[in-house]
Amino acid sequence: MGSVSHSIFRFFRGSAAPATATVELPLHVARRSSGLKEFTRALAGQEGLRILDLGATSAINITRLTQFGHKVYTEDVLSASGDPGLIIATENGKPMYDVPRFLAENLQLERELLDAVLCWDIPDYMPEPFVKPMVERFHSIMKPGGILLAFFHTRDAGPDAPCYRYHVTGEDTLDLQRGPRFRLQRVFNNRHIENLFRDFASLKFFLARDNVREVLVVR
Amino acid sequence: MDTPKPLDNFRADVAHIGKSVLVKGELSGSEDLYLDGEVEGSIELRDHSLIVGPHGRVRANIHAKDVVVHGKVDGNIRGTERVELKKSAVLVGDISTQRIIVEEGAFFKGAVDVQKETTTKAESKREMAMAASASFSSPSSSSGSASSTATPQSSLLEKKY
Repeated sequence: MGSVSHSIFRFFRGSAAPATATVELPLHVARRSSGLKEFTRALAGQEGLRILDLGATSAINITRLTQFGHKVYTEDVLSASGDPGLIIATENGKPMYDVPRFLAENLQLERELLDAVLCWDIPDYMPEPFVKPMVERFHSIMKPGGILLAFFHTRDAGPDAPCYRYHVTGEDTLDLQRGPRFRLQRVFNNRHIENLFRDFASLKFFLARDNVREVLVVR
Repeated sequence: MDTPKPLDNFRADVAHIGKSVLVKGELSGSEDLYLDGEVEGSIELRDHSLIVGPHGRVRANIHAKDVVVHGKVDGNIRGTERVELKKSAVLVGDISTQRIIVEEGAFFKGAVDVQKETTTKAESKREMAMAASASFSSPSSSSGSASSTATPQSSLLEKKY
């Protein structure tokens, strides 16, 4: 439980609990996304797909995706990962995360159900022990050929990179809404990302201007 | 706090279940229902509306024409016409409906399946339209049903392909 290898992660910093720093940031930021453009292109012309949107409930995403006849699944796994009940004590009294419980309470979907996953930058803010098991769960609940869009901050983003909720406003445009103050936990480099998704068929990287690396992963 | 007051929604033809009431079992009816209490089991209103008030706690599958949620629901919602999650809503379960409205701040864990208009409904509309054109009646005879799909939310139902 929670003893996932640390080897692929670097720059692990402190708790995932909401940070207390008060930096004035805009509530909404508009942003173009090459990864989203590719994601949209891959789904174009199809109907009735099953798409998982991770993060707080986004009315915009639900409306947009259902407009195209897709079935939308939504789960706020980041908030769920902050449940204090998931921290348990080991025999020697050291606290650790209860990964089996996290997986029992979240992402409980049928095998090979999903055609697409909007993962956003959830792994960057999630406690480390949950990240790899969550990605493995993605692999089991996604169909072969299914696609996943994820964002990863680069080191230049800095430790106080704000946590945003991503709303899809166009084929390649996003509205970033400042969300709960989760703290960036680590920075993944390309090799770490490739390791994280090593069971998947392919990865395509897009480097954005705002210190975010976009990745389109094919199951 | 901007929570709706039960009395604001009071209408003589709407049944009320107050916040101190606990119902266990199958709840069914043929009138609209305002539910601010607790229900465990199932709720079947079919052609009528259900409002789950801010104090409402439902652990049941719901089947109604329109479902508006202010409180907490743990179960699947089938709203044949519309499901609306208000900002205070907490829903863990799946939604199946023709129109979905989600306010900012609502918590939802589950799947949304927006259904096409049911075949029977589409057929009845087609029959109405044919009857209207055959009898040379005024266009208003068929505009009643058309107007229900002309609301802003109805765009959610329109197929893009």
